[in-house]
Amino acid sequence: MAKRIDISGLSAYYSAFKAIDDISMTIEPGSVTAFIGPSGCGKSTFLRTLNRMHEVTPGGRVEGKVLLDDENLYGSGVDPVTVRRTVGMVFQRPNPFPTMSIFDNVAAGLKLNGVRKKNELNDIVERSLKGANLWNEVKDRLNKPGSGLSGGQQQRLCIARAIAVEPQVLLMDEPCSALDPISTLAIEDLIGELKSRYTIVIVTHNMQQAARVSDRTAFFNLAAVGQPGKLIEIDDTERIFSNPSVQATEDYISGRFG
Amino acid sequence: MTTTAPPATRPEPHRAAKTVSRPGDRIFAGLARGSGILLLVVMAAIAVFLTVRAAHAISKDHGNFLTTFEWTPSLNPPVFGIAVLAYGTVVSSIIAMAIAVPIAIGIALFITHYAPRRLGGPIAYVIDLLAAVPSIVYGLWGALFLVPHLRGVNLWLDHYFGWTYIFHKEDPNSAARSLFTVGILLAIMILPIITNVSREVINQVPKMHEEAALALGATRWEVIRLSVLPFARSGIISASMLGLGRALGETMAVATVLSASPTLSGHLLDPVGGTFSQNIVAKFGEADDFGRDALIASGLVLFLITLLVNGAARIIIQRRKEYSGANA
Amino acid sequence: MSDTVIDATAAAGKPATPRLASRHLPRWSPLAIAAGAIAIAVAIGAGAGLTSHIQWGLIALALFVAGSYAITARVEGRRQAKDRVATSLVWSSFILAVVPLYSLVETTISKGVGVLDGTFLTHSMNNVLTIQPGGGVYHAIIGTLEQVGIATVIAAPLGMLTAIYLVEYGKGRLAKWVTFFVDVMTGIPSIVAGLFILSVWFVALGKAPASGFAGSLALALLMMPVVVRSTEEMLKLVPNELREASLALGVPKWRTTVKVVLPTAVGGITTGIMLAIARIAGESAPIALLVFGSAAINTNPFKDPQSSLPYYIFEQYNNGNQPSYDRAWGAALVLIAFVMILNLVARVISRWKAPKAGR
Repeated sequence: MAKRIDISGLSAYYSAFKAIDDISMTIEPGSVTAFIGPSGCGKSTFLRTLNRMHEVTPGGRVEGKVLLDDENLYGSGVDPVTVRRTVGMVFQRPNPFPTMSIFDNVAAGLKLNGVRKKNELNDIVERSLKGANLWNEVKDRLNKPGSGLSGGQQQRLCIARAIAVEPQVLLMDEPCSALDPISTLAIEDLIGELKSRYTIVIVTHNMQQAARVSDRTAFFNLAAVGQPGKLIEIDDTERIFSNPSVQATEDYISGRFG
Repeated sequence: MTTTAPPATRPEPHRAAKTVSRPGDRIFAGLARGSGILLLVVMAAIAVFLTVRAAHAISKDHGNFLTTFEWTPSLNPPVFGIAVLAYGTVVSSIIAMAIAVPIAIGIALFITHYAPRRLGGPIAYVIDLLAAVPSIVYGLWGALFLVPHLRGVNLWLDHYFGWTYIFHKEDPNSAARSLFTVGILLAIMILPIITNVSREVINQVPKMHEEAALALGATRWEVIRLSVLPFARSGIISASMLGLGRALGETMAVATVLSASPTLSGHLLDPVGGTFSQNIVAKFGEADDFGRDALIASGLVLFLITLLVNGAARIIIQRRKEYSGANA
Repeated sequence: MSDTVIDATAAAGKPATPRLASRHLPRWSPLAIAAGAIAIAVAIGAGAGLTSHIQWGLIALALFVAGSYAITARVEGRRQAKDRVATSLVWSSFILAVVPLYSLVETTISKGVGVLDGTFLTHSMNNVLTIQPGGGVYHAIIGTLEQVGIATVIAAPLGMLTAIYLVEYGKGRLAKWVTFFVDVMTGIPSIVAGLFILSVWFVALGKAPASGFAGSLALALLMMPVVVRSTEEMLKLVPNELREASLALGVPKWRTTVKVVLPTAVGGITTGIMLAIARIAGESAPIALLVFGSAAINTNPFKDPQSSLPYYIFEQYNNGNQPSYDRAWGAALVLIAFVMILNLVARVISRWKAPKAGR
């Protein structure tokens, strides 16, 4: 049940510092959208505003609207907890719960939502692990700690954990930056498979990766250090990488920048 | 124990040439090493000296040192035992732990996760300061303020929970100078230390584990249950054991509050009983040399108990360090 | 481009997802519930004739927790209700702890201030009847200062040297044992330290000690592990580059330690020593066993009994009459003030001398 995200006039602050300024864009359902741009341009911050994780940071504050199929995430009466259940997230460094088994890691979100029946849990955990292309590697050691897996496996475990609660959107914050090339390939393949069911937004520093996995690409930039980050352009990935409409994008992509 | 290293000047032609060590370096290193060794010697001396004096006393005890209730080493023949003291020490410490540990975890969570950010720092600071309040002041306050104020609570407990046996009070009009009151006072005294250590451990929980729970749509309590408490558990346990060590050895606060008598009562509200350190301070003044040896014997038992508790706490902390190092 | 939007609704096997907005209690509801709980508790307390206000408070807390759960569960659901209960429990535990700790400080100050004056600070208890008001803590202050001073002179250098050994030289098994026993020593009850010095006196001299010096030794025993621990932490903060820079200049290791490492860490070490002093200044159990206390001024710590502030409090409390209680509160205030000033000064030093990168 992928959903469309409509962002309009969104700014995010850390206390008094404005990290991103007045961003508007539409993210299509069932597609992969990549955010690229230099360090500090606010692309990760922007990603975290899409499931209200930004306000967890001390001093974090957001202005503007994020519509998830016409419902504003920042509307009055909206519980951030419900938002985060609808919009899943995978982080830069794999972060399975260190004291839990592989099974319990995947089941953690389900248990929060009141799924208690053993059969149901078993089914969903298996489905999620299969969905994350991890099932075959871990099916014999579901009760071992998740921290015993390799980095790439841990990251796929985190993806399984995120999709187990059936979110409508999956946010990925540089999910491969801590992984080796083979694990990266596995995750990229997985993203390709997942996009039919989820709206996926991925932040990446790796432009080849953006080109490989995404349908649409958004380029962010900042005028100078200490200035807020801005959205320069968003377009089909093919166009961004072949014939971008803004000079700054071309400079960045061709390496003439930073 | 390895006391002195072989002289560094010994020629060793087959090994790689040793760096020349200067006299200054040798003296300084020796001094530093010597203090470390002295510390070990002192620890060993404590054990040996206490044991020697204690053995002297216990060998002349005509009661059973472990099961006798009375403490009358001045009788002829001397009769004394630690049954009442061990019971009182353990029971009052258990009461203290039962009250202090949950509250301390609560305060630690309050400071780290619930209080407004501007308040958290100052509160932690004040609790830090309270850990420095001398125990005799707690004792004075406990005896002159807490005891009268707990009278009503005692009556209430006796009235409604007397049927539980432990809250039955033999003489409802007696003062609240009981093991129960001692336990409450000890709880108040060890709160700051348990809170401080727990808070530090909770602060060390990596942000990313909390974010993992948050991103799954966990409420604040669920974040704590899923990622904070499991990670901090061993640290909190060792913090509690440090607090337990303090409670077991506390002297003055018990000596001022408890109305001691050589009676072992299951009714916690009865003003009877004693603890190791309370008994030592109370009996020391009137004791002759042999009586003091007997007190040393009871002190040795206390020493061994606290040694066990603290050692266990340290080992838990050590394990946790290794564990978190592998996972960081 | 169009091929990317693969049937986004195909996977919709489940009923429509819950709307994001849900029913919420207003932000002021915890306050309202708290107010209600207190009101009902007061009503119950007054109605049932409960005399102790502690009981009223406990009833209010219980009502508050139960009320938050019931109301939240009705409006927002069970998970939110659990969250609310956790929040109210955490707040309650904070309040539960603050009340006695506040009362302790408040009582000491209010009862102590009445006694505290110039006479109290400059007179001893010599020739003062304990059942009469008057007298003072001068002799106890002298005793505390001397005993703590001697303890510091013994424990501070030994503790610092041990810490230097552990950080700069200590490798292998000996260092491990020292580390472990420093930790264990931290947990020795003060009364056991007193008994140890007592037994040393017995074995060496065949009689019980009665001097400030014996007390100092016990205090030094309690102080040493604290100094080791804090100095060790501070030395570990000194960056290795600094040591290497000095060694690379051809400075011998011991001079590097003394001239480079120690000065860098001096702020933190001082802080640690002052906190350790604050801790031992409040110890009374070893004093009771080794120094015995005295009503008169005795400036010689090596001969005859002395008093000390914490022991003085204990003594006055044991006298069991109102003038003595008053003096005990006065001395408690002096002692707390002494300890708190040490703490505050120590913290100021640590902030002032802290390595800038460390903050």
